[in-house]
Amino acid sequence: MTLAADKTSAGYDVAALRADFPILRREVNGKPIVYLDSANTSQKPQVVIDALTEHYTHHNANVARAMHLLGAEATEAFEGARQKLATFVGAARPEEIVFTKNASEALNLTAHTLGADLKPGDEIVTTVMEHHSNIVPWQMLAERTGATLRWFDITEDGRLDLAAAERDGLINEKTRIVTLTLVSNVLGTINPVRQIADQAHAVGAKVVVDASQGVPQMPVDMAALGADLVAFTGHKMVGPTGVGVLWGNYDVLAALPPFLGGGEMIEIVRMTGSTYAKPPHRFEAGTPPIAQAIGLGVAVDYLTGVGMEAIAQHEREITAYLLQGLQTIDGLRILGPTEVVDRGGAVSFDLGDIHPHDVSQMLDAKGVAVRGGHHCARPLHERLGIQSSTRASGYLYTTTGEVDALIDALGYTIKFFRGK
Amino acid sequence: MDVEEMYQEIILDHYRQKHHSGLREPFDAQVVQVNPSCGDEVMLRVTLDGDTVKDVSYDGVGCSISQAATSVMTDLVIGKSVENARERYAEFHEMMHSKGRMEPNEETLEDGIAFVGVAKFVNRVKCALLGWEALREALDQTAAEPGGATATMTQEK
Repeated sequence: MTLAADKTSAGYDVAALRADFPILRREVNGKPIVYLDSANTSQKPQVVIDALTEHYTHHNANVARAMHLLGAEATEAFEGARQKLATFVGAARPEEIVFTKNASEALNLTAHTLGADLKPGDEIVTTVMEHHSNIVPWQMLAERTGATLRWFDITEDGRLDLAAAERDGLINEKTRIVTLTLVSNVLGTINPVRQIADQAHAVGAKVVVDASQGVPQMPVDMAALGADLVAFTGHKMVGPTGVGVLWGNYDVLAALPPFLGGGEMIEIVRMTGSTYAKPPHRFEAGTPPIAQAIGLGVAVDYLTGVGMEAIAQHEREITAYLLQGLQTIDGLRILGPTEVVDRGGAVSFDLGDIHPHDVSQMLDAKGVAVRGGHHCARPLHERLGIQSSTRASGYLYTTTGEVDALIDALGYTIKFFRGK
Repeated sequence: MDVEEMYQEIILDHYRQKHHSGLREPFDAQVVQVNPSCGDEVMLRVTLDGDTVKDVSYDGVGCSISQAATSVMTDLVIGKSVENARERYAEFHEMMHSKGRMEPNEETLEDGIAFVGVAKFVNRVKCALLGWEALREALDQTAAEPGGATATMTQEK
């Protein structure tokens, strides 16, 4: 068994692609590291790492305010990255792409601006399977405005309980905002965003989507998705940390008030009051993450070069292989769908008597990196009746050999803690 | 040192068979401690009899390290004076922040010495201290309350 060996057939050579990711050559105890924590953050190809160095070495200046050669180069690269992101997600125009520091900031921006005029009696709808970053900003909004926060429950197999929502009139004429994840970071479930967006729009509500786990894994087209505002993050899609994206339908963005005040988000500032820039700059106060956005543009070129359809196909195959392997382990319960139908690549599981903290520590000792804990989704774990779980998540560079290594190491871990 | 060594048999024994676990009444102080990064939680109650720790009862969810450390802690402080319990807290706390370099005193820390290896794994130090921090907070609470041990509470059901 070799870790680089791969049995998937996605249309690109996984072993050859791995050579683009220098960190995958790192060794733990004399063996290459098995990185199965890509839903947490992805690894970076050399071209992205080089783009950061290239920017700082040759083109560094502030954007949109420096009237010199370097300033022009930096601005061109930064705005070029915006255009690349727009093309990547099928935005109607580059002005629909707002750079933030991460997906959390994009969601907070949304809660502050879209929710600015909410009042008591209004309802915000989220789901129990959200990451904390798509729960807490809405709880804070509800506290500020007196609006009510409601949520979709899930079914036993880890999908949104649409029947219960229908029965309870979850989305109704009081609903102002509906927010949900495209792909669950714990269950892997892919949600029927279009269907829910259509329902929400029918009652005049706006739709926000957390696509942090979706955009990296599969082709996402904003027009087809049907949402008004969509947040995702760079570091989960082979880009640098420190840059996130808020896509917004231009007319929706143009109607929103500013979020943070500061440089570059203004039109005219007088001591008696200010007017604000048009989107996207209205939402980009202060010096933005310039090098990071440029790096993300290169990441998007890289993903496009491999092909998002091929990446999605590989993700499905590696997830199917992982689900199959985990189901050979006695007493292991997979959270979420056990087959790759409307399912993304994060696979969380519970071993009952062996705590995820202990599982992940022992796997780490065997050179296998996974995540143990509640994965910033405590309400979901509570709903599932457990405190935490262990999560394995692959990406475009993950091989079936690495999944085999995980299954082996899990067998060892179980023997160690159960003593049999 | 490797991970297998960190998981001393003493630790696994306490994890599999926790001492003094469960919540009991009456009690003088009750606290909840959580480790927000991993979600481990413990609810802990302390009952005093004058200056003596009469009982420590607890219920929690967490990894082997946090559960075993809490179990060991109850063995070390039940039946001892409050002052003695605070000394054990300080000693255990110091050991867990020693990066594994402290030579622990088996006379005073008993099974607690098994955790000296855990101190080498920085991300597990918080686990080992969860129950101990709950104990310290509960003892602080009893000291802060006028009447202290005489104001015994029972949990409303």
